[in-house]
Amino acid sequence: MKIKILWILLFATSSFLSSNVNGSKTGDLTIYTFEEFEHWLYKETDSLYVINFWATWCAPCVKEIPDFEKIYDKYKTDKVKVLFVSLDFPAHIDNRVLPFIERMNMKAQVVLLDDPRSNRWIPEVSEKWTGSIPATLVYNNEFRKFYEREFNFEELEGIIIPLLK
Amino acid sequence: MKKSGIIFSLMLFAVATMAQGYDIGDKVEDFRLKNVDGRYVSMADFPDTEGFIIIFSCNHCPYVVAYEDRMIELHKEFAPQGFPVIAINPNDTIAEPRDSFTNMKVRAEEKNFPFHYVIDADQTVYPKFGATRTPHVFLLERDGDDLRVAYIGSIDDNFRDADAVEERFLANAIHAVKRDETPDPTVTRAIGCTIKTRD
Repeated sequence: MKIKILWILLFATSSFLSSNVNGSKTGDLTIYTFEEFEHWLYKETDSLYVINFWATWCAPCVKEIPDFEKIYDKYKTDKVKVLFVSLDFPAHIDNRVLPFIERMNMKAQVVLLDDPRSNRWIPEVSEKWTGSIPATLVYNNEFRKFYEREFNFEELEGIIIPLLK
Repeated sequence: MKKSGIIFSLMLFAVATMAQGYDIGDKVEDFRLKNVDGRYVSMADFPDTEGFIIIFSCNHCPYVVAYEDRMIELHKEFAPQGFPVIAINPNDTIAEPRDSFTNMKVRAEEKNFPFHYVIDADQTVYPKFGATRTPHVFLLERDGDDLRVAYIGSIDDNFRDADAVEERFLANAIHAVKRDETPDPTVTRAIGCTIKTRD
């Protein structure tokens, strides 16, 4: 009970203090509006970004998470950055999302995108995205591709290996 | 050689077009799908409508659940104006047992759906539309003997909170069609659940 209140306080304080790109935090989970999240789509570093849009309620998303985790684990030293973007409802953070992250032992970074006006931001992620999940964006300085589909480990690796520097 | 190339390109084009499904203005083929009351439903059964609100829908998807009450309201508002809702469950019920026909009947009864809730049991209808998720809306307008796609996308601009909606995309599109105008926008996008197929 005490811990929960602490989180609420922490959450309230951090949302109050949050700047434009930092989002707000609950637990280890950063919660973004699309405006706050957008910088993740345009990092100009020498890393390869694998950005996966998912939700705890999405069965095919849940199925492919261990494969993304394997990619994270195998290639984290090769400048491959895996980011899980949860589209779960904010009301489900405490009772679904955080327990799920713990249960699945997710090591790659997880953030939550909380922006109900999806017609505005979906095309900003990709003009090709019709809005179904799972969906994954892979990009680096020279490559950018959006996939509205499921992946397994081998398929992901097939995309990533040619892009490693 | 050249000719076969052209034919091949045409075939490719045909396949690509099929995969994408209907576009705005395209003529829509009728379907015959089983409703939760056990009867089969076709659009031809309702020759006096001005069109249809086709919503690819299901039981399990949280985004659908968030929109269920608004789907009911839409039907109550627009069926009398000639645009009834037909909800189609496109999901494979082995892949997603929560969307089984039995569960569809349960949900339709619980929520007292005033519209038809039918199942695309052999999954042949949703690919023709090019539906990719639930909920996915296709507004059809009558054009002589044909039905054509007038709007594709989302019901409105806020799935989570009906009270915070700023733009009722679908309702605005229906009003535009009734005025003989082209909806603006004709296509919108929203997050939804993928349509479930068997591996």
